[in-house]
Amino acid sequence: MTVAAAPANGERRLTIAEALREAIAEEMRHDDKVFLIGEDVGVPGGFGGAFGVYLGLTEEFGHDRIIDTPISEKAIAGAAIGAALMGMRPIPDLQYADFLFECMDELVNQAAKMRYMSNGKLSVPMVLRCPVGTANRGAQHGQCPESYFVHVPGLKVVCVSDAYHAKGLLKSAVRDDDPVLFFEHKLLYGSKGREQAGGMDLTAHVPEEEYFFPIGKAVVKREGTSVTIVATHMSLYRSLAAAEELARDGIQCEVIDPLTLLPFDEDTIFASVRKTGRLVIAHEDTLTGGWGAELAARVAEECLYSLQAPIRRVASHDVPLPVAPVMEQTVVPSQARIKAAIQRCCEG
Amino acid sequence: MSSGTGVERTEPGAAQGSAAVDTAHELDLYRRMLLIRRFEEQVYLLYLRGEIPGTLHQSQGQEAVAVGVCDVLQRTDWITSTHRPHGHALAKGVDLRAAMAELFGKATGCCGGKGGSMHLGDPSVGMLPAIAIVGGGNTVVTGLGLAFKLMKTDQVVVCFFGDGASNEGAFHEGLNFAAVQHLPIVFACENNLYGASTPFHQTSLVPDVASRAPAYGVRGEIVDGMDVLAVREAAGRAVAEARTGAGPVLLEFKTYRFAGHSRGDVRGYRSRDEEAEWKERDPIVRLRERLAVSLSEVVLDNTDAQVEAALDDAVEFARQSPLPRAEDALTGAYATVIGKESTP
Repeated sequence: MTVAAAPANGERRLTIAEALREAIAEEMRHDDKVFLIGEDVGVPGGFGGAFGVYLGLTEEFGHDRIIDTPISEKAIAGAAIGAALMGMRPIPDLQYADFLFECMDELVNQAAKMRYMSNGKLSVPMVLRCPVGTANRGAQHGQCPESYFVHVPGLKVVCVSDAYHAKGLLKSAVRDDDPVLFFEHKLLYGSKGREQAGGMDLTAHVPEEEYFFPIGKAVVKREGTSVTIVATHMSLYRSLAAAEELARDGIQCEVIDPLTLLPFDEDTIFASVRKTGRLVIAHEDTLTGGWGAELAARVAEECLYSLQAPIRRVASHDVPLPVAPVMEQTVVPSQARIKAAIQRCCEG
Repeated sequence: MSSGTGVERTEPGAAQGSAAVDTAHELDLYRRMLLIRRFEEQVYLLYLRGEIPGTLHQSQGQEAVAVGVCDVLQRTDWITSTHRPHGHALAKGVDLRAAMAELFGKATGCCGGKGGSMHLGDPSVGMLPAIAIVGGGNTVVTGLGLAFKLMKTDQVVVCFFGDGASNEGAFHEGLNFAAVQHLPIVFACENNLYGASTPFHQTSLVPDVASRAPAYGVRGEIVDGMDVLAVREAAGRAVAEARTGAGPVLLEFKTYRFAGHSRGDVRGYRSRDEEAEWKERDPIVRLRERLAVSLSEVVLDNTDAQVEAALDDAVEFARQSPLPRAEDALTGAYATVIGKESTP
């Protein structure tokens, strides 16, 4: 597997949805053991998956490899796990990450443990794509449940926020022999989230030639010396926007996208914290027990004497998600909240 | 015979007199059932003596189901099992020594000591580590069937589960998905009348699990699970259907566990009269009596002695085997750890 250099400014820019579609198509062409299975993934005249990522794939690969299922998450997950145990490389789809709770037994008790229980004789090479994130859909269609799975040894957890890494990581995940949960934010698929993301361009350069980005590696999205910010999904873009504003005040933020939450790329983050002496963590998952707590604990254990101020976390408040936009935006980490946390961290 | 509800019922004893297997084959079925019975009895004593850690869920009384079903499977076919997997494992061909060593928690066990009693299994003979979540196998099995269908092999997979699992959502989702995809699966329900201590009739208004099959467009059949020849015949038909794309099939084996649910269960929830009635139908005693018509006592006694010798050997092997290295507990959860191969 080769690792591409950081994306340069090139002519071809894709949205995350386009990049994911391209990754899946390439992997399906590369290996006939790769197949899609889920709700509404290939129905003629249908949606191409809940967010259109699969549009056009059935025409190329047919219904043997794009398998529509009942609304039956336990069966979808079970079918994917069982097929993976037999050497296939399934990409199951449940539409919304909120529905992962329908198949927690399959994911936590079966997929995560089969390799260990069999003493390494079996593996579960599958990638479960999980759309997350608040988008005025309320309490059961907007959660960011990635932290639940960061707690499960045997799973790998990826969070992608731009098209370049989405494609490179999805290709790596498909070829990985372990079960990977692949979290994507609904507002980042196309350009709809642009306004909320601080008016930033959500397309990214995606090279024509094949490339992979490794699981377990973070990227520095913006270099700085004053404070380290680790953030995913919408919180990443709001952090970048806040960093732009703070740069005018002389605060130079180093913004890191961890990309993989399990296993976590500690080296990149520890190195940054040792340089800046300050850490702010921002995620849309709720605060208590969120992955930011785990990261804060690790930094406290390993980098405490490098810290010049207490670690700050910005996360969704510990309530279910409301629908009314004015309430919803109160719950999730806003650019203003992230900016305030950075300022507070830099005061100490 | 059809009951008119889409569920067939094979009368107890219907297979008696069937010429499907010859005497040598019947003797082998007897030997394999006896091996499971004596394995269960031995490991219980070893457990009481403290040589086997953890807990045990035992299958005395249910041997005919494990042996009769696995007898019609190829080595390349697969099974999934439950928290009560010893019989299934031995019937599918998991090495006796490796199974015993696994219960002892030894490095030579079929899962290297990481599985234990409830996760007994060996992929090399077509058995996943047993899935000890009730109903857990009922969805995973659809993936095995789907893989065989997509890869166009003629393999089948049998999903063993209990009456208790039939009230799990997984039972319904797995059966429906297998049906709509025409997967090569036989769902083999061992209805031993109790989910732990709770009688099945308290948990379901329909007395037969097989009667749920037609609701999913699947053929269901009730089979005398205390008669290994009846089990074998019904399983043979079901597996043949599954292998040729006419599956899945749901078989319900009426059976009984002579032991308690797990260690220390004194079975206060069922009557000794009921237990005595079922013991009258002991599948091993029944087959031995049948074999005694055509074989001498010496032949049968020799078979019994072979089983004892194999078990003694397995226990000695397990006792002499090394413990796993403590540090191996920390590896093997992942195939690749940030680019490094893990060493399970």
